[in-house]
Amino acid sequence: MTHKRDVMIYTRYERFWHWSQAVLIFTLFFTGFGIHGTHDLLPFGLAVMIHQTAAIVLIGLWIFTTFWNFTTGQWRQYLFKKGILKIIRFYAYGILKGEPHPYKKSLQRKQNALQSLAYMTFMTVIGPALWATGIVYLLYNEWSHFDGAGEALGIVALLHTAAAFAMGTFVIIHIYMTTTGKTPLHYVKTMITGYDRIELSEVEEAYLAETKAAEMK
Amino acid sequence: MKNALYAVFFMALLTAPSISVASTADHSKFDQLNGPFSTAESVTKACLSCHTKSSAQVMDSLHWTWDTTHPVTGQALGKKRIINSFCGSPLSNEPRCTSCHAGYGWTDLRDSAPTDPTKVDCLVCHDTSGAYEKIPTDAGYPQLAPRMIGGKLVQPPDLSKIARSVGKSGRENCGACHFNGGGGDGVKHGDLDTSLINPPLDLDVHMSADGENMSCSQCHTFNDHIPSGSRYRTTAVDTHGLDLPHDDHDRATCESCHGGTPHQDAKLDDHTDRVACQTCHIPEFARGGVATKTWWDWSTGGRKDADGKPLYIKDEHGHLSYSAQKGDFKYEENVRPAYLWYNGLIEQTAVTDKLDSHMTDGILILNRIEGSATDGKSRIWPFKEMRGKQPYDPVNNTLVVNHVFGDDDSAFWTNFDYPKAIAYGMAYAGLPWSGTLDFIETRMYWPITHMVAPKEQALRCGACHTTDPGGRMATLSGFYLPGRDHALLLDILGYLMLGGSLVGVFLHGAVRILLRKRPSP
Ligand code: HEM
Repeated sequence: MTHKRDVMIYTRYERFWHWSQAVLIFTLFFTGFGIHGTHDLLPFGLAVMIHQTAAIVLIGLWIFTTFWNFTTGQWRQYLFKKGILKIIRFYAYGILKGEPHPYKKSLQRKQNALQSLAYMTFMTVIGPALWATGIVYLLYNEWSHFDGAGEALGIVALLHTAAAFAMGTFVIIHIYMTTTGKTPLHYVKTMITGYDRIELSEVEEAYLAETKAAEMK
Repeated sequence: MKNALYAVFFMALLTAPSISVASTADHSKFDQLNGPFSTAESVTKACLSCHTKSSAQVMDSLHWTWDTTHPVTGQALGKKRIINSFCGSPLSNEPRCTSCHAGYGWTDLRDSAPTDPTKVDCLVCHDTSGAYEKIPTDAGYPQLAPRMIGGKLVQPPDLSKIARSVGKSGRENCGACHFNGGGGDGVKHGDLDTSLINPPLDLDVHMSADGENMSCSQCHTFNDHIPSGSRYRTTAVDTHGLDLPHDDHDRATCESCHGGTPHQDAKLDDHTDRVACQTCHIPEFARGGVATKTWWDWSTGGRKDADGKPLYIKDEHGHLSYSAQKGDFKYEENVRPAYLWYNGLIEQTAVTDKLDSHMTDGILILNRIEGSATDGKSRIWPFKEMRGKQPYDPVNNTLVVNHVFGDDDSAFWTNFDYPKAIAYGMAYAGLPWSGTLDFIETRMYWPITHMVAPKEQALRCGACHTTDPGGRMATLSGFYLPGRDHALLLDILGYLMLGGSLVGVFLHGAVRILLRKRPSP
């Protein structure tokens, strides 16, 4: 016998981390492309000031979250999972025909294979590309005395901007994906409240009720 | 923090002189200065009776010699060798041009400056009464006897009264020559004109009485009568920084007092290695209501009106826009500077120079501003770009000496005959002239460093960090400027990727909605 129960799958810290990261990345995207000259909605100096502040806060958040991921063991959620082709096929085709999602959320498996891969890419490629080039950019004056620094800055900016484009693309697709739940806002609600309805075996249910390892309604 | 302390200390010093560093000598009490003085030299003699070394010191200075060799480029410099884009050369025009010499009676620039110590003009720099004036056409002499000027009998100034008024040089003393370079108020520099005698705060924070009320020599410190700060040899990047307490007696750079990191904002301080202070803090020059000349076309000189009289035309602001003596002019106020990489070296054009190597796009660059984004010694500096057309010898490929002033049958300003004037000037200078005359378009660049605006009026970041082709740095290259520069290919790919994913998710969403609404079969 299994039961569907509302279980807190995103802890308070995870939600805090997710939403503050979201705000910071929006801010960085908006101000970054202001600096880049894509839009003129902010004076340059203000855009730089906000961008730098948000960047430093984001780096702080990332350091803390990396720490959190390892101490809580949550990092395992991001490991490569099999069945990715099935999921791609589902989003490309099955979802349009109203097929059920080929993956079931469980306490141990919050993310499907595609999600894990995407977030892994986010955390190991796009994120580091941004902060690494961003820090080099930020510290320009520490290396500006080297020959060719004025032009090397162009390469740093190019890499940073390339990573920013990748980040933007990630965010667009990511946001769209959140609409593919039971209802368009289901996933968003989950990330706000932390609770999702998942199937629990009797043993799991009893374990959670007894240990309070995760909140359950 | 240390800088801030120094700044406070320095401000205290600056405000102090008028009160505590006052001289211990009251010149109005000296019998030697009672005169009466019938010659200018006799005043100097009186000064020398106490200040025994002062003439020797002055005669060592560029103010006296008008002659120097550039220590780096080795170029021989000085007014008699160099041609500028205003009056050209002082040669053969001496009594007019040497009215701004710091002495008396240098009537022939082919000779070195006078060696007689009594020829030094103490008063032009040290008169504090405002009554002293050199006659514009008398080789540096003041008026000494009653004279008809403009139809009126004018009495000479009272030299003994002036002698008893002497003191530290003020803005008016330096300005008597330096505000009037090029033949009139503000004509030459654009950042030096009579509006600086008593400037409002938003014209010049240093010299305004509402600001620091500084005199020229508080930055252009004099050591043994030799001034610091030179256009022939600019300190474009001052790595020495603060000179306070006064360790090198050369305070002519901004950094001398403000240090290298003056902003209390790391991002702004990041700029000081590549951008001169002046670039942001002097957003425009000629802001004091005095227009500066920006175009001078000698080629049109000499026109007469219907009655055969030399023609003079004024523009709507009352400036001469045409003068038969000088050609066509343009004046401008509130001028946005031109910006160039500058490492402090300027190569001037000597009257003997062949011109080929000094041409850019068919235009003669009279002074080549050296520096680049990559030489590690340059900063971006603001300049007044002076444009015009000047007489030259297309056969010998040199500039020419134009004899404009004098009581003879050749001077252009009285005879309006170029070939005659040039022949006279070149013969006077001992230089060859082919007999052919043409006019060549020229540019000359004058570093801008005065008229520092209040910090609220400094350029905003977006004046340079902008994709706008009208941005201040639009013409400078060799470095990456955030907000101005892009890798075009990356941008195209990036925007395509963003746009593509947006379109993609909308299409996907649309298909989802359409298919969901379809009634099941
Ligand atoms: C994570 C840490 C980050 C750091 C340390 C950082 C740092 C910087 C710095 C120092 C600049 C140059 C600003 C200046 O002119 O002084 C910059 C520019 C920029 N940033 Fe970031 N940034 C970060 C994250 C992001 C993110 C998340 C995005 C977008 C999603 C982004 C997009 C941009 C863009 C487009 C530019 C303009 C590049 C150019 O045109 O030169 N940055 N960033």
